[in-house]
Amino acid sequence: MSKKYDAIVIGGGHNGLINAAYLAKAGKDVLVLEKRHVLGGAAVSEEIYPGFTFSVCSYVVSLFRPHIIRDLNLAKHGYDIIPMDASFQPLPEGDLGLCRWGDSARSRREIARFSKKDAEVYGEFSKVMTHMARLAKEVIDNPAPDVASINPKELSALLRMGKVFKNLGPELLQMNTKLLTMSSADFLDLWFESEVLKGPMAVSGIIGTFLGVRSPGTAYVLLHHYMGELDGAFRSWGFSKGGTGGVSNACASAAKSFGAEIKTKIDVAHVKIEQGKATGVVLANGDEIDSKIVVSNLDPNRTYLKMIGEDNLAPEITREIRRFKLRGSSAKVNFALNGVPNFCKKRDGLEFMKGDIAIVPNIDYAEKAYDQAKYGEFSERPYINIVVPSLTDPTLAPPGKHVMSCFVQYAPYNIKEGPEHWPKLADKFGDTVQNTIKEFVPDIDSLVEHRQVVTPWDLQETFGLTEGNIFQGELTLEQLLFQRPISGYAKYKTPVDNLWMSGSGTHPGGGIMGSGGELSAKSILREKVI
Amino acid sequence: MPIQTPFHPRTSELNSNLDWKDWGGYFAANSYNVVNDFEYYAFRHSAGLVDITPLFKYKVTGKDASLFLSRLIVKDIAKLKLNQATYCCWCDDKGMVIDDGTVMRFGEDDYFVTAADPSYSWFSRFVKNLDVHIEDITDSYCGLALQGPTSRDILKLVCDADLDRLKFFWTTSAKGDGFEFKISRTGYTGDLGYELWTENKNALKLFDAVWSAGQDYNIRMSGIAALDIARIEAGLLMNGVDYHSSLHALIPEQMSTPYELGLGWTVNLERESFMGQRALKEEKKNGSRWATVGIDINWPDLERLYYNHGLPPHWETGAWRHSVPIYHRRHLSKQIGYATSGTWSPVLKKNIAIATIEIEHAKPGTEVNFEVMVEHQRKTVRATVGKPQFFNPDRKRSILENSIP
Repeated sequence: MSKKYDAIVIGGGHNGLINAAYLAKAGKDVLVLEKRHVLGGAAVSEEIYPGFTFSVCSYVVSLFRPHIIRDLNLAKHGYDIIPMDASFQPLPEGDLGLCRWGDSARSRREIARFSKKDAEVYGEFSKVMTHMARLAKEVIDNPAPDVASINPKELSALLRMGKVFKNLGPELLQMNTKLLTMSSADFLDLWFESEVLKGPMAVSGIIGTFLGVRSPGTAYVLLHHYMGELDGAFRSWGFSKGGTGGVSNACASAAKSFGAEIKTKIDVAHVKIEQGKATGVVLANGDEIDSKIVVSNLDPNRTYLKMIGEDNLAPEITREIRRFKLRGSSAKVNFALNGVPNFCKKRDGLEFMKGDIAIVPNIDYAEKAYDQAKYGEFSERPYINIVVPSLTDPTLAPPGKHVMSCFVQYAPYNIKEGPEHWPKLADKFGDTVQNTIKEFVPDIDSLVEHRQVVTPWDLQETFGLTEGNIFQGELTLEQLLFQRPISGYAKYKTPVDNLWMSGSGTHPGGGIMGSGGELSAKSILREKVI
Repeated sequence: MPIQTPFHPRTSELNSNLDWKDWGGYFAANSYNVVNDFEYYAFRHSAGLVDITPLFKYKVTGKDASLFLSRLIVKDIAKLKLNQATYCCWCDDKGMVIDDGTVMRFGEDDYFVTAADPSYSWFSRFVKNLDVHIEDITDSYCGLALQGPTSRDILKLVCDADLDRLKFFWTTSAKGDGFEFKISRTGYTGDLGYELWTENKNALKLFDAVWSAGQDYNIRMSGIAALDIARIEAGLLMNGVDYHSSLHALIPEQMSTPYELGLGWTVNLERESFMGQRALKEEKKNGSRWATVGIDINWPDLERLYYNHGLPPHWETGAWRHSVPIYHRRHLSKQIGYATSGTWSPVLKKNIAIATIEIEHAKPGTEVNFEVMVEHQRKTVRATVGKPQFFNPDRKRSILENSIP
């Protein structure tokens, strides 16, 4: 192979594809290398059982940045999101449960069954979160300014961010501080009294982190899930048509239309480094491909310790990257069903099930689930976030049949038997999830045709997410902004010249957002390194 | 998904237009007929009947009920006499209006409060250690507004109450045939009219009694569309249209004080502390940002614009509720305010609007330019600032003196 590319992107996840698309759009010669046979990384659709298409890992879309859709013309390439209207929380003992709807009066009546006050405060809470999310938008749509730098550019970026904060006014600024420091349970206590309502709201703060709803710092993650934006409207989540792989495929199609090359089933062993500079990649089969720059879309751990290698890193960098917390805490169980899993037969119709279904009857339930995880066990009664996307998008399953995606927390990577024992525990874990669901869907066993258990070990081994962390690194304050992944290298650069990063493990990180890929590509282009 | 009011079995039968909208989570008829002018004319010439159940309704009781409401509301509610009612608004601690509504005193320690928005949570914050109990009776009590010149005559046939002497903004208990209800001489039309309140179980009895008594008096079902025309003529504001509750507004520019809304007359400033008092005192001293005014839109100007296109003048039938820019009299590039709702007034034969205008341009008589869209082109016509209350007939407050026994 004699051809030398401008850039090689390692990893065909959505961020890698977006990165490649932006670079290719700017006229660069780009090659994307994906280890698996299918593109998308964790935003992937796969027909695991004939006729049943699973969003194997990530399953809903909301945070995807609207300007990326415009810049890359993604709608033309098949980016298609179907909004979700409802958010249902089944409750034990045949209760009607709690369903929150787009119709605010309807939600008010639903919540009023548990607390009249909460029902009305709900709107006030949304108002504050709208303000907070606006602020967050400013933060996520720009590279993180470096607080340690006196470079005028950094200072002006800081100043701009400071201005946004200042414009919030004192009350909202105080709220922002609370949001950054409190636990999601405490933060919600500022508004609400019903443990039932707080349950599904609080768990937004723990998704993908190895923390509990009562752990300080989780309120911020709550915001991360509150600032969803679809078609310019805040706070709406949706299904990608054909599964979340649809987003990745649209990104890939856009990248190709700009001239990028994409190859699957190519296993990169490490980055080729000559005199401290990245000059290409070395494949597992020994082949080498040369390029002016390399972009790693892998998580910080893999990028630093595997792609670069300890030999090429200063010891303090190695130490810091080892301290970067990945601590996977969740798993996925995907079901192929021969009928509708009805989570509340007392309710009319199935509209209440067309959004997400959260099994978390109250705050204590969520915290208890964490208790077990702290000591290396998966939760006996886990928090489960369920979607049945085939109710909304019938292309995902044969007529009358359904796919049910279950995001399950806690399933700690560091299980006490050792993470490598996860494959042996997978069935037991799958049973736990199915039994938890059985409390609400008594006939679940007879509905199940197939069951796919994706343990943290699988997330690592198959999807390349170290320790099975779905965000390529926890979204806790000390690992965000100018400290994501580590201070000094938060602007998509690494200690190796011409080696860049673009994944979720970079600022702003997490969710099908695309910002890492976009902001990284823009930084590369701005520096004119290619 | 809205739910049905207890009157729905009747109103749905009468709604030939199937034109429903969501009002506070209830189905509310926007209009009952394709041609709905008559629903408005009923308010002015006979009687229009409106299902007002979706209003949020609260029963406030307890030894400290008067004190509680006086702390919450900008008006000194403790001064309200037995059976008296009052229009009022309540604010946050910055003096920004949260909602407006009516308070009625049914007993020494027994109040009835109506509101446009859900208010249980807000009210509850002020209970503290007072002896007061708030009951949300929104879903257990229903209401009908009977508004128009013949409303008194109709109501007399329905119950035993002394309506000839019931004054504007007073209430009374009444007995119908097998049911009890409350009557308040209040309404949202600026006309002679009453609002009738009862428990849901009496809903259909009350409705049937009023409806059959009204047949000789040209009673009509009136929808929200007709009500909107009448309330704009009467200069009555609507939460969410002419102003925004400070609990929902995102920025200070979207919030208003009672003075800015022209509700200064409802503020009793010099008394024991109440919510928003400090800020309102400041405002009284330093002045307001803007005022809520009535706008009289020049019709000949509009006629001329259409004439230039070879067209007769055309204007929306019915009321409108969208923001329309208002410009300085001389400097057309200088926006000095915006209209929030308006209507052609059939009774005044005028084109009117309710508007928010910067305080220095808000003096009655000020000439302004009002934006209109004529044949897809933005133009302006002259308009005059005035008080919001355009229509205020004597019969609204009249009592029948000679009926005193």
